[in-house]
Amino acid sequence: MKLETYISTYCHIRNNKILINGKPFIKDAFDTDFSIFSKKVYKDLNLSYPKFFKMDNLSKLAFLAAECVLNREKTNEDDNIAIVLTNRASSLDTDRKHQSSIQDKESYYPSPAIFVYTLPNIAIGEISIKHQLKSENAFFILDAFNAEFLHNYACSLLENNKAESVLCGWVDYDNEKYDCFMYKVSQIGDIKHTINKLQNLYKIKD
Amino acid sequence: MEALKLELKEKIIEQLNLEDISIEEIGDNDPLFGDGLGLDSIDALELIVMLDKDYGIKLTDPKEGKKIFESVAIMAAYITENRTK
Repeated sequence: MKLETYISTYCHIRNNKILINGKPFIKDAFDTDFSIFSKKVYKDLNLSYPKFFKMDNLSKLAFLAAECVLNREKTNEDDNIAIVLTNRASSLDTDRKHQSSIQDKESYYPSPAIFVYTLPNIAIGEISIKHQLKSENAFFILDAFNAEFLHNYACSLLENNKAESVLCGWVDYDNEKYDCFMYKVSQIGDIKHTINKLQNLYKIKD
Repeated sequence: MEALKLELKEKIIEQLNLEDISIEEIGDNDPLFGDGLGLDSIDALELIVMLDKDYGIKLTDPKEGKKIFESVAIMAAYITENRTK
């Protein structure tokens, strides 16, 4: 059955700026690295979640975007929100850190805390733990943001009653360069969920 | 021993990314796991790696860690007795 689906909230995190539904969440952009920027956003979102500081940068990026989208709608664990994320670099940024810790046989001290983040879908796990979601989820590696792929996957989940809503997005982080666009799709919302609309929303600039 | 306890507190905060906790907040006898600092199983593995890397102590049985990592005071006493570097 073909459903009418809508985007209720969307968020961009790029160039040390956050846009929620196209509007700046943090007005003052500042020139700094991602670790300082993410800490500032954590504080601005009034979060009290010490595990955030143990996450790798990919998970921090996905986690903050999910906070911006989900908290705006006051969702809860019964909402059956599936998660479908995509990116280009997978967990390569953390994979390199792990690799450097096992490079030298004379100084072979791999960090368990880094190793656990050497998979991109751990980012989905962090969102699921925070929001108590026990839902369908998948993380795909693609060459670039693919509106058609995300649109079709989200529609399939909704049409087959696998979820009531789907948190979708592109969350890419590698070597201090990052790009995040996350949005929630369901049968409720103001913006029609189409491939063209997704392509246009992704391109929004601050 | 006091210097080692201070060193351990600094290392625990830095290596376990305990961003919201200061050295003054960690008592020598405070439990590190459970109700204390709330460390988890990955943190326990990090502490095992730290013992090896910084003090030359290899824990062959992870269960040993449960007793050794009870508090900073117990860790410091164990390190003083067993360190090879």
